Amino acid sequence: MISDFTYLKPGSAKEALKMLAEHQDDGKIICGGQSLLIIMRQGLVTPEYVIDIKKLKDLNYMTFDPKDGLKMGATTTHRTIEKSAMVKEKYPVLVEMEEKLASIQVRNWGTIGGNLAHADAAGDPAPVLMSMGGSVKVASASGERVISLDDFYTDLFETAMNHDEMIVEVIVPPRPAKSATKYQKFNLLDSDQGIVAVAATITLNGGGVCKDARIVLGNAASTTIRAKEAEKVLIGAKLDDAVFQKAGEAAAAECQPVADIHASEEYRRHLISILTKRMAKAAWEQAKISG
Amino acid sequence: MEKQLLRLNVNDQNYEIYINPKTLLVEAIRDHIELTGTKRGCDTVSCGACTVVVDDMAVKACSVLAVQAEGTKILTSEGLEVNGKLAPIQKAFLDEGAFQCGFCTSGMLMSSVAFLNETKKPTEKEIRDGIEGNICRCTGYNSIVRAIDSVAKGKYTEDKV
Repeated sequence: MISDFTYLKPGSAKEALKMLAEHQDDGKIICGGQSLLIIMRQGLVTPEYVIDIKKLKDLNYMTFDPKDGLKMGATTTHRTIEKSAMVKEKYPVLVEMEEKLASIQVRNWGTIGGNLAHADAAGDPAPVLMSMGGSVKVASASGERVISLDDFYTDLFETAMNHDEMIVEVIVPPRPAKSATKYQKFNLLDSDQGIVAVAATITLNGGGVCKDARIVLGNAASTTIRAKEAEKVLIGAKLDDAVFQKAGEAAAAECQPVADIHASEEYRRHLISILTKRMAKAAWEQAKISG
Repeated sequence: MEKQLLRLNVNDQNYEIYINPKTLLVEAIRDHIELTGTKRGCDTVSCGACTVVVDDMAVKACSVLAVQAEGTKILTSEGLEVNGKLAPIQKAFLDEGAFQCGFCTSGMLMSSVAFLNETKKPTEKEIRDGIEGNICRCTGYNSIVRAIDSVAKGKYTEDKV
């Protein structure tokens, strides 16, 4: 049963932030509501005020330029990202990720800002965006700040945002030369959440040596985490199967997965090892042929 | 909780209803407007039985607040038939026997309608992906895929209204 709340419909982001400043933790932002309404129904969240930003035009945009990269307003729907020719050309991994995010109905109504703010460790966009060095711009009535996704997720369903802040924009830097990102989740149905998931970005230098690597794990801890030990194995190495194997083992050792009805802790570590190995290799192969 | 006025446009008809703001779109459609073709299944955005078309997009009405649908055009399975004439997709479902218990059918129809509007000449894979958000426990999907395919191939063109 959803508990009673007062419904507020601001006409602009500025007005929404004013409402949020007034109600703080008693207020909850709703956008697509594809995650929020489920946990409200479960009684996990019982806001007194629900502030609806779904229709705010000032937060619904997508722009790209070679210097600043991709900027998406918080209310951009998953389907808009999935169907964008620009995103497909510049960040194909985002389209591949979106195509397997839940179902068409959810992607039609659910939004990128809402997904990231929900902070589910099994969410799909966070690992991919984090592995590409993405960040979010959050705003309150008193100002704005940009938070790297590296620092955004603090614990289970917890973020670095204050109670009077909301995500207004998602920022993805331009893709460096000789760099590629790959993402895969392991699940039984294509559109399910991942039992675990791995996003890998590999950037090569002119000599084909790994200049930078970012490995991000989904559903392998209480929140989305980087596998920094695995990254250390990769950075500076001349990449081959033995290195990918070692990176996979490092990621499996450093993650902190839970055991649940879907998989044991041991099995999750095994999956993390395999997926890290495969995604790092796939990103490497793509990076070699990319401009 | 004080009830508030909500205006919804469903199947080209305007309705004025008084609801608690926590009312879900599926509740507004079934319990207030009393169009019960839209089904309430899992209530967790999983099964697709509550799928309706909002502004040409398939959405799951169990996970949208009714107030969020104000100002949109909502299409439910009741809106498919025009002047007593079944829509092509409804005829195709009948011809292919694309249902057994029927509980998923209205949601399946609405996903199909949205899919066919945005996908011309779909492949079988595209059709299967197009109904990924709708679960059917009776048919094994093959008859549903055949029904959508036959509409896409123009078998019911003369039935278009």
